[in-house]
Amino acid sequence: TGRQSAASRKSSSKRQANKDKYSVLLPTYNERENLPLIVWLLVKYFGESGYDYEIIVIDDGSPDGTLQVAQQLQGIYGAHRVLLRPREKKLGLGTAYIHGIKHATGNFIIIMDADLSHHPKFIPEFIQKQKEGGFDVVSGTRYSGNGGVYGWDLRRKLISRGANFLTQVLLRPGASDLTGSFRLYKKEVLEQLVDRCVSKGYVFQMEMIVRARQLGYSIGEVPISFVDRVYGESKLGGNEIVSFLKGLLTLFATT
Amino acid sequence: MTKLLEWLLGVSVVVTAWGLLTFDLLDLKVPQVYREVVWPMPVYLLVVFGCYSIATVGYRVATFNDCEEAAQELQAQIKEAKLDLKKKGLKF
Repeated sequence: TGRQSAASRKSSSKRQANKDKYSVLLPTYNERENLPLIVWLLVKYFGESGYDYEIIVIDDGSPDGTLQVAQQLQGIYGAHRVLLRPREKKLGLGTAYIHGIKHATGNFIIIMDADLSHHPKFIPEFIQKQKEGGFDVVSGTRYSGNGGVYGWDLRRKLISRGANFLTQVLLRPGASDLTGSFRLYKKEVLEQLVDRCVSKGYVFQMEMIVRARQLGYSIGEVPISFVDRVYGESKLGGNEIVSFLKGLLTLFATT
Repeated sequence: MTKLLEWLLGVSVVVTAWGLLTFDLLDLKVPQVYREVVWPMPVYLLVVFGCYSIATVGYRVATFNDCEEAAQELQAQIKEAKLDLKKKGLKF
């Protein structure tokens, strides 16, 4: 109409033309305190960006009442924005993704940690990067550009960089941050990858990128800041390092 | 081909070339000078790679970005979020 300003005509036609919808998968276990905060941030940044989205909370029977908080959030933001797809007990991350994908109505899936180490402010950057390059996967990286970490001491940084160097030498994966779990995937790409991946934990995230390369998918990167607030409580121990090395060598020998 | 097989292939090619030259297995009558250079190559290359690895990892640890601002911004936003959610009726 004649009354619309040029700016609002442009932005409303952008929203109409853009049929993309982004489903954020949030697997949770005992995140009663963090869940409201991460949802608030997601609503804030998606709201400001104008992209269509939904948040799928996959709670694995948390004893601390995470699901009850999730229900309250659903009441506040609406069942079309906050979806609850809980499970009975703590099952793996891979199955959480499969479970989440089944209920996702978006054509893009964003996976991230629910403990506030990943900040939703980067999501519009992921989306922008994906549009620019038509990427199948966009991976947040802590190791390149102005990506970084808060809350790690020298020991943790050394282990992290050392492990990443070893991974680069052995696997030459074409991505700078293999163990990161803040990523945007095209939905059908994520389905294909989760189907093929067999590892657990850190190595699962590595395997996803390695298999993506094998299948010829394109991977873009966006530097992110990772704010670790739990490092003080759960130091990276010998067990985790050993299982990481075992997983890395398995990928080395099988892919 | 898996990465392991790629490595084994690469290592075999290098070791074969080194063996042929050092021990003159094909009777090429390679000049002594070349043989003296090639003979310590494997150890030399390992040492170079070791130094490169240490230097690279050291550099990357030293230049690992510390996201002070991100942490502060997060703290501020947590406060803002808690206030707003309380207003919207969330019972923490």
